[in-house]
Amino acid sequence: MLKTSTTDVVSEKKAATTQRHGFRLNAKDNYYASIFLGPSLLVLGLFVFYPMLKTLYISLFLTNTLGKTTVYVGLSNYAKLISSPDFISSMGVTLFYVAAVTVLTVGLGLLLANLASQKLPGIGIFRTLYSVTMGVSVSVAAIFWLFIFNPSTGFFALLSNALNLPVVNWLTNPTSAMWAVIITTVWMNLGFTFLILLGAIQSVPNTLYEAADVEGASPRFQFFNITIPMISPTLFFVSTITIIGSFKSFGLIDLITKGGPTNATNMLVYRIYKDAFYSGNYAKSSAEAIILTIIIAFFTLLQFKFLEKKVNY
Amino acid sequence: MELDERAVLKRVFNYMILILLAVVILAPFFIGIWTSFLPTMDIAKGNLFGTNVSLDNYVAAFTRTPILRYLANTVVIATITMFAQLLFCSMSAYAFVFLKFRFRKTFFTLLLITMMLPFEAEIIPNFATVKQMGLLDNYAALIIPFLTSAFGTFMLRQSFLQTPAELKEASDIEGLNHFQFYWHIVLPYNKISMITLGAYSFLGAWNQYLWPMLTTFSNNSRVIQNGLKQLQSEETFNDWGMIQASAAIIVIPTIIVLFIGQHYFKSGMNEGAVK
Amino acid sequence: MSTVLTNITKSYDSEKNVLTDVNAEIQTGEFFVIVGPSGCGKSTLLRMIAGLTPISEGEIRINDDVVNDLPPKDRNLTMVFQSYALFPFLSVWDNVAFGLKARKNTSQAEIEERVNDALKMVNLEDLKERKPRELSGGQRQRVALARAVASDAKICLMDEPLSNLDAQLRIKMRQEIYALQRKLGLTLIYVTHDQVEAMTMADHIMVLHDSKVQQIGTPAEIYKYPANEFVAGFFGVPPINILPAVKISDGRLNVNNDFEVTVDQQVPTDDLKVGIRPNELMIEKTDELHANATVKTIEFLGDEKIVYIKMSNNDLEVAAVVASDAEFKAYDSIKVSTTEKVLLFNGDGVNITRNAEDAVNA
Repeated sequence: MLKTSTTDVVSEKKAATTQRHGFRLNAKDNYYASIFLGPSLLVLGLFVFYPMLKTLYISLFLTNTLGKTTVYVGLSNYAKLISSPDFISSMGVTLFYVAAVTVLTVGLGLLLANLASQKLPGIGIFRTLYSVTMGVSVSVAAIFWLFIFNPSTGFFALLSNALNLPVVNWLTNPTSAMWAVIITTVWMNLGFTFLILLGAIQSVPNTLYEAADVEGASPRFQFFNITIPMISPTLFFVSTITIIGSFKSFGLIDLITKGGPTNATNMLVYRIYKDAFYSGNYAKSSAEAIILTIIIAFFTLLQFKFLEKKVNY
Repeated sequence: MELDERAVLKRVFNYMILILLAVVILAPFFIGIWTSFLPTMDIAKGNLFGTNVSLDNYVAAFTRTPILRYLANTVVIATITMFAQLLFCSMSAYAFVFLKFRFRKTFFTLLLITMMLPFEAEIIPNFATVKQMGLLDNYAALIIPFLTSAFGTFMLRQSFLQTPAELKEASDIEGLNHFQFYWHIVLPYNKISMITLGAYSFLGAWNQYLWPMLTTFSNNSRVIQNGLKQLQSEETFNDWGMIQASAAIIVIPTIIVLFIGQHYFKSGMNEGAVK
Repeated sequence: MSTVLTNITKSYDSEKNVLTDVNAEIQTGEFFVIVGPSGCGKSTLLRMIAGLTPISEGEIRINDDVVNDLPPKDRNLTMVFQSYALFPFLSVWDNVAFGLKARKNTSQAEIEERVNDALKMVNLEDLKERKPRELSGGQRQRVALARAVASDAKICLMDEPLSNLDAQLRIKMRQEIYALQRKLGLTLIYVTHDQVEAMTMADHIMVLHDSKVQQIGTPAEIYKYPANEFVAGFFGVPPINILPAVKISDGRLNVNNDFEVTVDQQVPTDDLKVGIRPNELMIEKTDELHANATVKTIEFLGDEKIVYIKMSNNDLEVAAVVASDAEFKAYDSIKVSTTEKVLLFNGDGVNITRNAEDAVNA
């Protein structure tokens, strides 16, 4: 009968560790910190903090075509934006796009992950195939899909011809152009989302399913009452990063629709770009950039809040 | 274990769904890569099942377009960005985990705030900065703003925190200074996180679109994402065969890397299938 | 030539002291064990000797030099950690060579020789190319030992080095560590919460409890003449039985109103406790009328049995060790008595047995 208790040892070690973290500041560490942290601080300061403040500053002024601030106007750039039907419709388009992309990406990713989590011979091949779009960049995705959407030579057009259906010109109709961008985005996102969700599903302890099998629960019941609750943190995670990513979408829009037809896909970042670099309206563009920042910061904060339990700051 | 008829049927059904979904997901690839072997004339006529399969489009892409130059530009920029981020992110993460310096909490809060700020919202002043530094249409314009990343620092910090305190103590007893401990212990111990961040930052740089589009305008520094757009929109308008070949040239290496990568990092990924 | 701790105190942020006024002298070449229950501050004390944790008050001297402000590397010592602190990305050989390479004052040839010798000494020559994750728990433990062996430091600190091993391996490694310490003439300062490890290996034991040193002595002294009730209870399996007692006359005590004992000394006070080791407790079956206790449960250990007994008064339980052929079963009525080898404690738990005082301050 040895006097041993592992839990005691562990708790004592923990106490010792936290104690060790508490040691006092010292001058040497300040010196080392300046070396270790210096380069990153410099870059982040110059290319993240300064431009953010500068953007905020510009958004409170009027600017000339060279981008120089002229007259301080307070929040009137924002007021103009909010009362502009053009901007409101652009925000509506963006929100619709973000919502559709997020629901479809997470929903399809979950479906694929659940199917691919089965224990079947050869399932590894499907897992690889489903994650393949992770290796696709915006321009490649755009080219592949542009060909499919092309009204004269595109795959859909040929399909319609073969079936004697009227050919839809995907990219000239506002509604279908939006869906073309949504489909391409979801397709690009799918590989990554699938892999993350698959990992989460596979880490659910098998004993939970075994216990449910013993109770005679159907696969459907198990999916909604074991899988979904167990992977809900991951679902939340992929949802927020998909939301953040979609708000920042630019490449696909520029490549597929250029914001058209008739501004039907003129989303926030595309506006920021065009207002500044086409129209030279830097003040307006800056105000839009600040609105984008507020949205992104909100969802990032949401994610931090949720991670807080796992992450110790 | 013998399977009864219902179980066999269920299995067949499962495989059919799996295969169907794989076909749908991969269709754009198949179509794209298949057409890259067809003459543009056939494609334009809608003759997608022709038999004039050849590598002509690839030859054309390599000889008639600057795609190789675009690729080289991108590889150089993405590689430098990757190594720079690995170095600077790991250094700043080290500071947050192993050094007790003044204003540590303040700097960390700033780092977290940085993660909330979208680069897309900062393009106007950043463009002005890069222009003032005389870096427009230069590799440096695409590299310098991304030498470090708040996300990378945060991710490595989380990983470094898991480094056992005993390793630091053992190193203290042997008299390692911070540089030695960082280089000889912390980096190798966190190899997996470093590889992950490396892959992430390389792909991040590879997929940059908006920023290089603003800051580069000659083939000398244009990267592949914008280069493809250039091909597709200008010189070779409607030469679908060649455009598809260009896309294939870019995507095939990444897919191969992905396949090999998965083979290497299959930890847990394929385990379930073996049982 | 020794390690001397003088009035060592450790506190964090004006909270309660983690250690208060620790004094000890550790002789060169001895096996010194610091033992105590969880949270008694023993790991903190070891880390202060190593220089990993700063000292709040007091002084540590190693070989007549005050080392309070010396960084760990200049204290010329090695440390074996509970988790072994092996570098997972280095081979066994490189792990052992790590300290020698880091210090940069050993030639390549000498490093080779020392590492190979150290590996030979712990029987790991054949595994030197392996990575730590390819080793069993016992082998990892040996790598950590080899690291200490390869160093030229003469002081080795060990922090619960065996607590991650299973019971059998623990006994084996206990013997190996002991043999190594003797062979190399190391000064070994060893922290454990396991009284058996302390008893079997130590030249001297320091018992820590409640952030204070309870007693320092040889294993025999600590077992025979424990300074107080805590030390008496911490060593020995099953633990010593402590029962309240009342003085009847000088030399005669009534224990728990259940039985009496004769002691060969003056008894100064009425507020007394008697400590009886389980093997000094005598029990016999009897009828209910003469019984002063009941058998509760019995543990069979092979050549002996432990009988757990419920005393008639005060709901107290005691344990007795009897020969394995003694026939007792649960609910038997028994009569408990004791030999005269008992320990006496006053109301504050201090050992007041005659002869004890001399031994304690030895």
